[in-house]
Amino acid sequence: MKDNPFSLWVYLSQSPLLWLTVTLLVYASTDAVSLATRRHPLANPVLHATWIIGAFLLLTGTSYTTYFAGAQFVHFLLGPATVALAVPLYENRKRVVSSIVPMLVALISGSVTAVVSVVLLAEVAGLPRDVVLSLAPKSVTAGVAMGIAESLHADPSLAAVAVILTGIMGAIIVTPLMNRTGITDYRARGFAAGLAAHGIGTARAFQVDEIAGVFSGIAMSLNALVTSFLVPLAVTLLVR
Amino acid sequence: MLASLGLILLCQLIGEAVVRGLGLPLPGPVLGLLLLLIVLLARDRFALLARGPLRDGGIETASKGLLVHLSLLFVPAGVGVVQELDLLASHGIAIVVVLALSVVVTLLATVLTFRLVSRLLRQQDAR
Repeated sequence: MKDNPFSLWVYLSQSPLLWLTVTLLVYASTDAVSLATRRHPLANPVLHATWIIGAFLLLTGTSYTTYFAGAQFVHFLLGPATVALAVPLYENRKRVVSSIVPMLVALISGSVTAVVSVVLLAEVAGLPRDVVLSLAPKSVTAGVAMGIAESLHADPSLAAVAVILTGIMGAIIVTPLMNRTGITDYRARGFAAGLAAHGIGTARAFQVDEIAGVFSGIAMSLNALVTSFLVPLAVTLLVR
Repeated sequence: MLASLGLILLCQLIGEAVVRGLGLPLPGPVLGLLLLLIVLLARDRFALLARGPLRDGGIETASKGLLVHLSLLFVPAGVGVVQELDLLASHGIAIVVVLALSVVVTLLATVLTFRLVSRLLRQQDAR
C-alpha cells in the first residue's frame, strides 16, 4: 500500500461501494437543496445530481460501466417503484374512476401531440432522418423508447438521451407552465406531467401533490402502450 | 416489510415474464402495477386474502417507502446520458430546442383536453 498512494483510490474506484455512496450522497444534497427552496422547479434534484456525478466521473476518468456497477442497485429499484405506484392508485381509486373519460381523451390527444409535434419540429429544424426517428418516442420511459427506436432501425442510445432530456425539461417546465395557464386541477396537471415527461415528470408530480402523482403514474403507464403503436404509424405518415 | 417487498418483486416478475412471453409493447413493471392493483382490489372483496403483506398496511408502507425517493432512481440513467452527450455534438442545440418545444406543446394539449372534457361532462350532468 505504502509504495503507491493511489492504490487505495484504485481499489475503491473499482468497487460498487464508492459509486453507490456517491450517488446517494450527491442526491441527498441536491434533494436537501430542492426542499430548502420549497421544491423550486429549477432546483430539480435529478438534474443537479446527474450533472454533478457526470462531472465527477469525467474529472476522475471513471467509465460509466464502473460507475454503474455501484449505481445499478439504485437503478434496479425503478421497476419495483413502478409496481408500487399501484398503492396510491388504489387509495385514490374513486377519483380515478370518476375521471376515466377525461383521462382517456387527454391520453389520445396528448400522445398524438407528443409524437406528431416532435417529428414535425425535427423536420422543420432539418434534422437527418435517423435523428428524427430516434426522437419520436421521447415521451415514454427509456426502456420502451429504446425498443421503439430499435424497431425503426434508429439509434436506441440517442432515443434514451432524448427521453431523459425530455423528462428533465418537462419536470422543470411543468409547474410554471401550469401556473401560468391558471389550471388548479391537480388531476389534469399530473396527467399532463406523466404523459409528456414519463417517470421523471411523475417524480416531480409526487413532490407537488399526491393526486397529481397518481394521475401522472397512470398517464405514464398508458402512454407507454399508446406510443408503441403510434410512433410507427406517425413515422410512415410524416417522415419523408 | 420483507414479505411486502417480495410481493412487489413477484408482481414485477410475473409482469416481465408475461410481457416477454407474449411480446407485448409494454414495460413489464407496468403490467406488475396492474397485477398489484388487482390483488389490492381482490383483497377488499375476499377477506381470505387479507394476510401477510396485505394486512395492517404492510404493502402500503413498503410501496410508499419506495416512492418517497422516486427521483433518486432516475439518477443512474441520467448520468449515462451525460456520458453520451457527444451523441448530441452535431445537432445538439436543434435537438434540445425541438424537445423543449415539443414537451411544452404536449403538456398544454394534454392538460387542456383533460379540463375541457371534464368541464363538458360536468355541464351534461348539471342538465
